[in-house]
Amino acid sequence: MTEQNRFSGYSTLAKRDTPSWNAQTRAVVDKRLNDPPPRCFFTEDEWALLVAICARIIPQPTQRDRNVPIASFIDQKMAENNSDGFQHAGLPGMQQEWRRGLSAIDTEARLRFGAAFVDLPAGRQDEVLHMVQQADVRAPAWADLPAQQFFKGRLLIDIVTMYYAHPQAWDEIGFGGPASPRGYVRMGFDRYDPWEAVEHA
Amino acid sequence: MPDIVPPAPRGKDGRAPDVLRPGGWVPMRQYRDSDEVDFAIVGTGAGGGTLAARLAEAGFSVVGFDAGPWFRPLEEFASDELEQTKLYWTDNRIVAGENPIELGHNNSGKAVGGSTVHFAMVALRFRPEWFKARTKLGYGADWPVSWQEMWRYYDEVEDALKIAGPVRFPWGPPRRRYPYRPHEVNAAGLVLARGAEKLGIKWCPTPLATVSAPRDLSPPCVYRGFCVIGCSTNAKQSALVVWIPRALAAGAEIRDLAMVGRIELGPNGLVTGLYYHREGEWRFQRAKNVVVAGYAIETPRLLLNSACPQFPGGLANSNGLVGKYFMVQSNDAVWGRMDEEIRWYKGPPSLALTEHWNYTDAGKDFFGGYAYMSQGPLPIEFARTIAGARGLWGQGLRDAMSNYIHMAGLKICGEVLPREDNRVELADDTDEYGLRIARIVFGYCDNDNRLRRHAVRFMRDALAAAGARDIWESESTAHLNGSCRMGEDPASSVVNADGRSWDIPNLWVCDGSLFPTVGGVNPSLTIQALACRTADRIKAMAARGELQRPAARPVRQHTAPRMNPVA
Repeated sequence: MTEQNRFSGYSTLAKRDTPSWNAQTRAVVDKRLNDPPPRCFFTEDEWALLVAICARIIPQPTQRDRNVPIASFIDQKMAENNSDGFQHAGLPGMQQEWRRGLSAIDTEARLRFGAAFVDLPAGRQDEVLHMVQQADVRAPAWADLPAQQFFKGRLLIDIVTMYYAHPQAWDEIGFGGPASPRGYVRMGFDRYDPWEAVEHA
Repeated sequence: MPDIVPPAPRGKDGRAPDVLRPGGWVPMRQYRDSDEVDFAIVGTGAGGGTLAARLAEAGFSVVGFDAGPWFRPLEEFASDELEQTKLYWTDNRIVAGENPIELGHNNSGKAVGGSTVHFAMVALRFRPEWFKARTKLGYGADWPVSWQEMWRYYDEVEDALKIAGPVRFPWGPPRRRYPYRPHEVNAAGLVLARGAEKLGIKWCPTPLATVSAPRDLSPPCVYRGFCVIGCSTNAKQSALVVWIPRALAAGAEIRDLAMVGRIELGPNGLVTGLYYHREGEWRFQRAKNVVVAGYAIETPRLLLNSACPQFPGGLANSNGLVGKYFMVQSNDAVWGRMDEEIRWYKGPPSLALTEHWNYTDAGKDFFGGYAYMSQGPLPIEFARTIAGARGLWGQGLRDAMSNYIHMAGLKICGEVLPREDNRVELADDTDEYGLRIARIVFGYCDNDNRLRRHAVRFMRDALAAAGARDIWESESTAHLNGSCRMGEDPASSVVNADGRSWDIPNLWVCDGSLFPTVGGVNPSLTIQALACRTADRIKAMAARGELQRPAARPVRQHTAPRMNPVA
């Protein structure tokens, strides 16, 4: 994972006690870094499937101290029914879309490869996900839940959102992270402040 | 998921939060529900917040209602994208049509101050000809106000917000300099500048509603870059920071966490007040006038939900136009990788822009215009853009994200044409208050799509000329407008130029719903200018004793002043 080294030595969390972080940001991010919220919404089977899907959508390095518990944050969003603010006509809403979508993905895996999604090797799991993304699907459950729309509008968006909400993700892309009350001074091409990530060639 | 949210109303017991001082309070005048106040205003954003201040300053008794909480930015706004979703209107709404629009994060606020709490602060005037788009440019509809009059109110709003902008704005009629000096243009903006210069078009630093020098208790912008999820320093000149304190100082009352569910019509054909839900119960506020300022979805929703025997299709809706001619703006973008480090997360997201294609008509195969601006999405927003537009996931997505500090982007604020089919209506589902929720039907027309294609083609060239590689595109929409259009003809509009209902003389609209056309610039400055104009008109009508009499019908066509040629 080459991007790991690009900003090596950089940590947004190292700025936690500097003027780049205010009290409310510390409280919010601390909470996110605490033990993941307990599973409340998904069933055990759904949970195992969701964890497996997250691992393919955002593969995380095995060697680092802290990985982002994406599935936990999605479970929490569903449990709190934290809507994005809209629902497509004809679709059942966020919670049911996730439940039905997970079930349909598992059915798809069994139809195509004769095994539960969680039991497939990673390459096969990716194939199933690509089929869903391309709407090249056979499971009957997709009749009420357009595969492409579910993949793009729900699955991908939720997983990606939760990953890039985490300091671990900020560090690996060189994002400055929280920046209040101290913002930034150097704004031009190739300029950065002493409290920003240094990019290594 | 948000952790820091006021659990209970703060505007009560004779005081309101002082948003400019940590832990501070200011005194607030309060009215009883049984007091027949001069104006009950629903919504406290760019329309309602502005109007509340201006009417209170004119001596009227005013109560403003907002469904959202009264935040204290200094203590409660975090530098965190997920936490700050608390600023959005995320109550359920149904989206439908050929191009169902996304709602919430980029177009709907739920807080005292409305969407201005998380707007991008871009403060642009309409091109003068747009106020007579039908007559002068051959599309859409004419506005019932003249550009010269709007220009005076733009002056007022730009001064009220201490807009930071260039000394000479390159487009449109000559105008005075902006009140505050322009902000430094960041690398993301300099990419736009470089591309524009290579292609031979003008650009300029974006006029922004965030101060570039101290103003009272607002410090100059520190370029932290989290503007569109809420400014934690109060440099941003939102309605929460500018108009609401002015309204309070002039004797207005603002009720937060107060959801208005219905406007009541009396037997004499005048509205008598409104029902609102606060602290667990429905209450009724009496009022001589009701102003609806909930933005282009909640405004028609409230009017439609207030149907009664006299108006079975919804208040002010005898001609069936409430909710119709709803407009967004196209928000197509191009993105590319630069060799230089850009680090677009620093500074307001759109520090440079060009209005070339708003002011140039030659060479277009479409009606309307667009501005395009430099971009600075935070990580979640950008990851969602990549995933949505390119379908990337797995290692491919992580690799694409690893270019984050080298990325640059250009995005349009593009005009869409008003069409009756694009509309806000009521769904059968209800919300937590038992009120029917909104269903929003939207689709682009051929003209809209031609504009979008033109813009993407041009911006691709501009970004490439600036040195970007691996260029790709994304699409989205921004802003909510139309849906209670104003006009000169009661048959083809919901309200007149003053925002006053043709059907009910003491019912008014004051927000983006009024727009007959939407133009190619962000709407907030125009909404505020219209609110200031409405306040002055109300003051004048009150002085003449005309407030309880029906709105005057036009006696002849073309009563608006003729527009002068534009330099």
